[in-house]
Amino acid sequence: MKRHELAKNFKQVNTSVTKIDAMQLALGKDSYVADFLPAGALVIKMLWSPHAHARIKKLDVSKAEKMPGVKCVLWHGNVPRIVHCTAGQGFPEPSPYDTFMFDNKVRFVGDRVAAVAAETEEQALAALEAIKVEYELLKPVFTLAEAMAPGAPVIHDEPEAHVPIPITYEPKKNLVAHVACEAGSFKKGMAEADFTFDETYETPYAQHCPIEPYTSMAQMTPAGRILITTSTQVPFHCRRIVARTLGIPVQKIRVVKPRIGGGFGCKQEILLEDVTAMFALRTGRPCLWRFDREETFRTGRTRHPFHIRLRTGVKKDGTITAIALECINNTGAYGGHGLTVVSCSGGKTLPLYHCDNILFDGKSYYTNLPVGGAYRGFGATQAFFAIESLMDHMAEAIGMDPLKFRQLNHIRPGEGSPIFQALGEGREGVPMTVGSNALGECIVQGAEAAGWEKRQDWRGKTGRYRRGIGMCCLMQGSSIPDIDMGAATIKINEDGSFNLNVGATDLGTGSDTVLAQIAAEELETATDKMIVYSSDTDMTPFDVGAYASSTTYLSGEAVRKAAAEAKRQILATGAEMLGVLPEEVHCEDSHVLTRDGSKKVSYSDIANYSLYQKNQYQIIGTASHITKKSPPPFAAHFAEVEVDTLTGFVKVLNYVATIDCGTAVNPTLCEGQTEGGTLNGISYALTEEYLFDGKGKMQNASFADYHIYSMRDRPPVKAILVPSYEDTGPFGAKSVSEICINGPAPAIGNAIYNATGARLNEFPFTPEKVLKAIKSVKR
Amino acid sequence: MKTNTCSVSFSINGEKKTFATRPDEKLLDLLRREGYKGTKYGCGQGTCGACTVIMDGRAVYACLLYAMQAEGRKVRTIESMGTYDKPAPIQQELVAAGAVQCGYCIPGIIMSATALMETEKDISDEVAKEYMDGNLCRCTGYEKIWVALRRTLDRAAAEPKKKASKGGKK
Repeated sequence: MKRHELAKNFKQVNTSVTKIDAMQLALGKDSYVADFLPAGALVIKMLWSPHAHARIKKLDVSKAEKMPGVKCVLWHGNVPRIVHCTAGQGFPEPSPYDTFMFDNKVRFVGDRVAAVAAETEEQALAALEAIKVEYELLKPVFTLAEAMAPGAPVIHDEPEAHVPIPITYEPKKNLVAHVACEAGSFKKGMAEADFTFDETYETPYAQHCPIEPYTSMAQMTPAGRILITTSTQVPFHCRRIVARTLGIPVQKIRVVKPRIGGGFGCKQEILLEDVTAMFALRTGRPCLWRFDREETFRTGRTRHPFHIRLRTGVKKDGTITAIALECINNTGAYGGHGLTVVSCSGGKTLPLYHCDNILFDGKSYYTNLPVGGAYRGFGATQAFFAIESLMDHMAEAIGMDPLKFRQLNHIRPGEGSPIFQALGEGREGVPMTVGSNALGECIVQGAEAAGWEKRQDWRGKTGRYRRGIGMCCLMQGSSIPDIDMGAATIKINEDGSFNLNVGATDLGTGSDTVLAQIAAEELETATDKMIVYSSDTDMTPFDVGAYASSTTYLSGEAVRKAAAEAKRQILATGAEMLGVLPEEVHCEDSHVLTRDGSKKVSYSDIANYSLYQKNQYQIIGTASHITKKSPPPFAAHFAEVEVDTLTGFVKVLNYVATIDCGTAVNPTLCEGQTEGGTLNGISYALTEEYLFDGKGKMQNASFADYHIYSMRDRPPVKAILVPSYEDTGPFGAKSVSEICINGPAPAIGNAIYNATGARLNEFPFTPEKVLKAIKSVKR
Repeated sequence: MKTNTCSVSFSINGEKKTFATRPDEKLLDLLRREGYKGTKYGCGQGTCGACTVIMDGRAVYACLLYAMQAEGRKVRTIESMGTYDKPAPIQQELVAAGAVQCGYCIPGIIMSATALMETEKDISDEVAKEYMDGNLCRCTGYEKIWVALRRTLDRAAAEPKKKASKGGKK
């Protein structure tokens, strides 16, 4: 039996059970933050900076404070000045502390100036208009070149700006981070090559566009604590960061995440909660702050734009002799995730292909533009565009089919990469060999589904509409090894149901369901016996939160361990009831049975016995999990496009996304992650971009002008789950959620080349850019 | 600031009600304030469809309409569509297909799909997509929503013809 066929024996795992909250959401029951708004809540509105870079010389809120309905105004003159980091990361964060609740300086169009809490939205908006601000305009920095230039304006000149861990951070030079490593000798590798390449690539700003915008609510509890109900991916980091920012103990705060309307990384940021909590504290009233769509675009977090230089060397036989990947990201006005995103642009891409001589250099710079953050794919998305575009280019130079070139070079099971150890997130990584890896099979199955064999060289193609097929290979990780921690508690109830309490955060992905399946599998019971409660800092154990593709792999293993502990107790009590030794019983279908099956007792009876009858105790298991590995999921994507050579319009005709996510705990949900992430990637590759005016203001901050795909736009996307078995994950699982978004930009770019001979090193592939590229093709 | 109050009367999920409002209050805000919170705010610009309700048989964006514009009309929200015991076919199919990820767009999707089914006959893929074009989803890539919708349409088509739909014509 092949290793991955183990999954066939599972009863709860590897089954598409119905997502446990699906009907609640489809019925429109109260589920999200704003649905729980108490009567008498105040509305919060923020005055945003209209300038990209300015000093606030004078700020007068006295008139606003006296306006009807206004209960409180916050600005830098009346809140604690505590430097912190808004990135919801582990502690201490691998990101600069460069943010204040309010500051006397604004650093991008959309930065905070002052906030009002009023009885109604209209009153709050009217009060904002009454706030008088005098700015001293400073020279803005809009490009990486401007940020790096000697004598460039210093965006973070405040003395408090610092990093809490020993990493490179030079705010006087606008340098947020610098990380570099070399394995082997790049120079030597280039000397060995038959062909060398030196290309540069640009990737655009993008926003996550969860349909529920950032929303946060805070209220005082009768005991004088602050209850924050918020749309977050990181409730525990939120509690810690709000406590710091307000200068109050963690103990004073409870953070609850109800259902949330999508995150994709942007809600891994503490962007609203400090202000909502401060207003609740000052006014004693419940306070709601919800971004509108324009605020979500301008002030919400974004995908870091990257400037990438990629140099490689390749031999005629297809051996890649050298790779130098140099990435510089624009982290905008604040530096959260600047380092980790650029580290992951190397760490989650370079191990994919064999090469003895690898150089990586990653930098992150401040500018006076919107702020980069965590976004599904997290740097790998940007770097894979460069790497997978150049893989095609190299294959063509040596006359090899680009698919075969990748088959020749991709990492195999049991192999490691020096990059795993060299590039961590804020510190060294962890040495690792790849366990499960079905990339080879992903390529084969994807090629067949996409009709790769019909692919023909672009030079033979004529006519106005030209079709092409492109592909790419991908990897990601599963949690941050040696850093991330998840924990879970399971206890039994009288009817044999279980409370599963997890710190893990379901942001719409279905992780509550997946974790219930894992618990049920371990406990030999049914998934619907699980009452899942997640993400409440008072009620659930700790978890770092939903990021770094960690929940199934990391929190899932914590759940499995907690379930195993509860099961041990169930077996002991069951044996006691049956009058046999614990070694003589096993669990099956919610019962404890003797080995021959002649005697059995149900979980319900065991619960009643242990709670009420004899030697009473609570059957309860708690476990934590950290990991020494971050096993990569692998994927091969294929895009077929039709390019209108008259207009430059690119239409995706067909898209195939294969993925090896280990055991698919819930295949339907895994397909959903893959289909959704892929369409987001297609939309990112073809239409999404930030358009700025000359003063750093985003011009297209609405869905009317920033186009994300609708049901009518969507091309057919076929998700193919290719099984493998990851020994270190719960029941063979590894991650699924992020990897798929990395594929469309390079796969579509390669397909455009295959259709027309036009190679674009920059996207989105708008008709204008594509047409220009087609016109410069020399046949 | 002067307070302008007025009242508006309309049928909400089959019940005639009168609400206090202001001339500048949006229908979405009134509905949510009055407890019809299944209708969601997504953009406030009439572009995402999370606030879709049915007014006199047509799917409309509640974030763009003033509450006063509902005067004398028939408004239906997600709360009228089904219960745990008796979900609507579209709700059953969405849940069964795995089409509900974060779920924030789903009430709007259901209202648009309902308007589609109550208005059109012999629904082609193209017509269905036209109706659903105004409802954005960022989680699913629409694959499973589409599967669920097509199954619901096919189910309805297979059923014996019912009398005139409730929604009225427009």
